[in-house]
Amino acid sequence: MQARIMRNISQLGPLIGLVLIMIILGFLSDNFFTLDNILNLLRQISINALIAFGMTFVILTGGIDLSVGSILAFGSAITAGMLASGMDPLLAVLIGLLAGAVMGAFNGFVITKGKVAPFIATLATMTIFRGATLVYTDGRPITGLSDSFVFEMIGKGYVFGVPFPAILMIIVFFILFFILRKTVFGRQVYSVGGNEEASILSGIKADRVKIWVYSLTGMLSVLAGIILTSRLNSAQPTAGTMYELDAIAAVVLGGTSLAGGRGRIVGTLIGALIIGVLDNGLNLLNVSSFYQQIVKGGVILLAVLLDRRSK
Amino acid sequence: MAETPFVEMKAIQKSFSGNQVLKDVNFSISPGEVHALMGENGAGKSTLIKVLTGIHKRDAGTIKLQGEEVSFNNPKQAEREGIVVIHQELNIIPHLTVTQNMFLGRELTFGKSGILKMKEMKKQTLQNLERLGASNIDPDEEAGNLSVGKQQMIEIARAMSTDAKMIIMDEPTAALTEREIENLFQVVHSLREQGVSIVYVSHRMEEIFQICDRITVLRDGEYVGTEDIKETSFEAIVKMMVGRELGERFPERTSHIGEVVLQVEDLAREGLFENVSFDVHKGEILGVAGLMGAGRTEIMEAVFGSRKKSGGNIYLNGSPLKIKHPQDAIQEGIGFITEDRKDEGLVLDLSIRENIALTNMKAISDKGWISSTKEKQLIDDLINKLHVRTTGREQEVRSLSGGNQQKVVVAKWLGIKPKVLILDEPTRGVDIGAKKEIYHIMNELTEQGVAIIMVSSELPEVLGISDRIMVIHEGKVAKILNRKDADQEKIMQAATGGE
Repeated sequence: MQARIMRNISQLGPLIGLVLIMIILGFLSDNFFTLDNILNLLRQISINALIAFGMTFVILTGGIDLSVGSILAFGSAITAGMLASGMDPLLAVLIGLLAGAVMGAFNGFVITKGKVAPFIATLATMTIFRGATLVYTDGRPITGLSDSFVFEMIGKGYVFGVPFPAILMIIVFFILFFILRKTVFGRQVYSVGGNEEASILSGIKADRVKIWVYSLTGMLSVLAGIILTSRLNSAQPTAGTMYELDAIAAVVLGGTSLAGGRGRIVGTLIGALIIGVLDNGLNLLNVSSFYQQIVKGGVILLAVLLDRRSK
Repeated sequence: MAETPFVEMKAIQKSFSGNQVLKDVNFSISPGEVHALMGENGAGKSTLIKVLTGIHKRDAGTIKLQGEEVSFNNPKQAEREGIVVIHQELNIIPHLTVTQNMFLGRELTFGKSGILKMKEMKKQTLQNLERLGASNIDPDEEAGNLSVGKQQMIEIARAMSTDAKMIIMDEPTAALTEREIENLFQVVHSLREQGVSIVYVSHRMEEIFQICDRITVLRDGEYVGTEDIKETSFEAIVKMMVGRELGERFPERTSHIGEVVLQVEDLAREGLFENVSFDVHKGEILGVAGLMGAGRTEIMEAVFGSRKKSGGNIYLNGSPLKIKHPQDAIQEGIGFITEDRKDEGLVLDLSIRENIALTNMKAISDKGWISSTKEKQLIDDLINKLHVRTTGREQEVRSLSGGNQQKVVVAKWLGIKPKVLILDEPTRGVDIGAKKEIYHIMNELTEQGVAIIMVSSELPEVLGISDRIMVIHEGKVAKILNRKDADQEKIMQAATGGE
């Protein structure tokens, strides 16, 4: 009983951290707790959060995916290309998402069937997919996209005053939350990460679970990329560079173990919020972006050190 | 004993978060004594050792070292006073050489330069190994290439080179072959003659009577008593451990043996086994005996689909099976309780509920969605049926004792209502009480018509509970015997390739 209470308190760590940071920023800046700013904040974090949700699954299985930023770029470029050629926007988006899933599945195949360490495999595909983006775009942004309502909505729309990307993020969050909690697949993600050998001997096709997980991450990365493309009304060949680091940071801040098997997606949402709140608040305070990086890195380090101590 | 004990612990108490795990426990050991520490899993043996070596802080009680009161804050301090623990999981770094392992953390160097005295270390390593009669170990060999028995010798040699006065051995023979055990006993004898005290933690009663001087028994954290081995008996100690007469060790086999359920024909895997044919009947227990490395586990893995086979057929109730992955076997109703429960049987970070659910997803889910109600129902039923001692289904399996972990593994497989259940060394590292419970579960399952295959290295167990016994020698079936025709000699003869 006592152990369970202790565990719950340690799980609350990230949330307490988030609340503390928000209170401090609230005192320092009058603009922080305005409705506009909060809604703005949710929109800002949606891109990182969507990628980090996928990353949570990957890390729960004991893997890592460094290629998310490149998948984002390539998926966005393909989608933008189709839009620029006048394709139906909904169809273009669906094909883009599918392309993301296929790129993720490729990672999964290399890792499981090729037995390559996830770090190495996705390091390689990170370069491959980035290169493919540059080839496809010829190194130039793709502009002149659709001005259809559907496509504009994804990145710039509002529903009852709430930014559409934020709504998308919350819907995806709930779907993934229930998948992890309530489905056979979710259970398998935890068990494969906790002990792959025991899982296989319990009849779980661990390879298949992993391929699905990387595929999911690829798809979510492209979804984030489409939001970005819609906001900028163009696809940049360098989009998503270094996004993998913010995504991994959000997962780790949320308390998920890099060794796999332990962690929660709520934690990742909180982790993404912490990073977003820091970016947002430091901007409001007119802190130079050079210093912002130091603060952000410092907070991540502090969070992980505190987490270590509580174990 | 008139002389001052080397270590004397009195009225030790220890609780974890309100749960008392040691209640007034006494323990003392003299120089040159081999002292067995026994008790069922969860009786408090490991905690007592951890209190002694300073890993846990005691709540009350005294510890005297050669008559003087001491209190260690960490194992390093205990080591400095000559108290060394050799754990069941050995502390060997596989990619380093024997010499490097021997001097790990206390390498000899030229002054403070950090430059290693390679020749000197190798020389001392050889001397240390020779003292144990283990000069057949090459100091330049990578430790990971050596057998478990030899790795253990390295640890003992390392302890001796630090002038250990007391060595605590935790289940030292669990992974050793017969010959290695003999060798270990010789080393224990010679250590005793050198005045080293040895605490011997083991579940194997035969060994304790063979090499120990005295025995201390714990039960549920309480001190039951200390006896001279010469003045006690097997039955008396079992009674001390379980608190009652245990009765017959093996249940009477009463199940009705029916038609053939599983038939294996010419199963082969290059380099591991070949021409393996056998069958198991409904309600029957087939014991599988053989020496370590004979291929018993590998054959069972091939039947279960966790190892590829290069030839042969498997039939279930007469129809051929295509098993490529454990999932296929499970779907057909074949369960496999593996030898190594920590690496292969359980996901230690997950709860009892989640572990048992792993093999039973079909029963508790619908179109991929898990039904919490059905899940809880199934898990609670199995926990009750197997008498798992736990605070509840949400307890992490990591925090369960060995016997209870093993019951969780069994529960995983009972849920699938198996037609065939393969058990690989089901009672290894499990105490006598839990062993008996496992035999009873096996017996009960056969009464319900389950066919059981039990791989075991303990001959009394194989002879005690099997209906038929298959002996494997170097990857081939050497003999299949009926229980009434079998005895230890016949099995050993077949297992070693004799006629």
